[in-house]
Amino acid sequence: MKTVSSLLDDHWYERYKKISKLNIRSSIYDVTDRCNLRCKGCFFFSSGEHERASEENDVSKWHTFVEKEMERGVNLAILIGGEPTLCLDRIEAFYKRLPTFCATNGLIKVPRDRFPDMMVGLSLWGDEEDEIALRGKDTFKITSANYAGDPHAYYLYTITPKQLGKTGKIIQKIKDIGLKVHMQLLSNDEGVDGFSWKPEELVEVRAEMDAMLDAYPETVISSKYYHKVITTGRMLDRKFGWMECPSVTEPIDKRDPRPKRLTNFIRWASDLETMHRCCTSETRDCSTCKDGAAHMSWVMVNKRAHLKSTEDLHNWIEVYEMFAKLYQFIPW
Amino acid sequence: MNTDISQTITRIAEIIINELKLEDVTPETFDADLDLVDEVGVDSMDLATIALVLRDEYGIRIDEDDYPKLTTIRIIAEYIDNKLTSDD
Ligand code: SF4
Ligand code: SF4
Repeated sequence: MKTVSSLLDDHWYERYKKISKLNIRSSIYDVTDRCNLRCKGCFFFSSGEHERASEENDVSKWHTFVEKEMERGVNLAILIGGEPTLCLDRIEAFYKRLPTFCATNGLIKVPRDRFPDMMVGLSLWGDEEDEIALRGKDTFKITSANYAGDPHAYYLYTITPKQLGKTGKIIQKIKDIGLKVHMQLLSNDEGVDGFSWKPEELVEVRAEMDAMLDAYPETVISSKYYHKVITTGRMLDRKFGWMECPSVTEPIDKRDPRPKRLTNFIRWASDLETMHRCCTSETRDCSTCKDGAAHMSWVMVNKRAHLKSTEDLHNWIEVYEMFAKLYQFIPW
Repeated sequence: MNTDISQTITRIAEIIINELKLEDVTPETFDADLDLVDEVGVDSMDLATIALVLRDEYGIRIDEDDYPKLTTIRIIAEYIDNKLTSDD
């Protein structure tokens, strides 16, 4: 029987030990249904999820809710929206109690005196031209001024097909302001013309992501296996999709057979009662879903499947480390 | 080693091998002290599956809160043994 220690040398075994006991239990929270941008292709607004529930405005209820979430075993709160920074008091209810990650467009700076070490993921959709086409604004100009040199912030760079050949320029800009970057792919939920992936573009983008990781190993937080899985939608001999997705809200997960999945995962709406189907748009077609977190988690929950060879296990460790770094469970 | 425990150990090993479709190992060669989580990659979903079979076989309920401490076959066997004795 293949065991972890029979597959790893001392160096890899040390790396494995650093992550093997982390036992990360995340859930996702819509902090608000409002945003100070309206990006074309935003899954939240295009799916109508912002109208599914009305926001809980009583901050004390957020505090009680987070306590209950901790009783459920949640040890990582991932805050999304809308734009979470419009409601700092709600963010605080999480941050005071739990490791907290806040996904933001970065237009409002998180006050560091109040949230000194909260990890902040700054969304970025490309260069000036793409940002203006999709988001109506070149957000990098503002976010780079707000967060340059911040050790607890990084860019979540959503690559679109129009970014092919241009990612290096963006990553260099991020490096120049002393931040890190994690790459993900646009799922184009609103079918904006020219922004859906063609098969040959997915091959190209994989090669480009690999090249970026090689060229900027200190800046890019990623792994080549993650690039492979997200661009091909395949892991080992399996195909990503609804019947494999790990990021489905657990109490409403009626799949049979149930795949390996995130333990106790729920994506909560901002009324603190409604549950959304999964970590991303309820209306998205799972067969073309490119959600980065779902693909990463897909690898992570399938550890045993990666115990067939040393290479597979190395791949699993690299993806797990990437996730653990992005959510501050281990240092960069 | 207590005979009952050693029988339980072999039976648990057999269940784990069957349920998780483990290759290149038999109930006799399965190291009872091997860390199932760290070394074999057993997760809480696997443990839930194993717990169901053990419940049917031994008539005991394994609390989900106890999963984190059930890290080896020997520990599971002792856990079952304790439950059976305390139920007597
Ligand atoms: S900033 Fe984020 S939440 Fe706001 S519209 Fe854009 S993608 Fe949607
Ligand atoms: S849309 Fe994506 S994340 Fe949501 S259930 Fe489908 S595959 Fe999973």
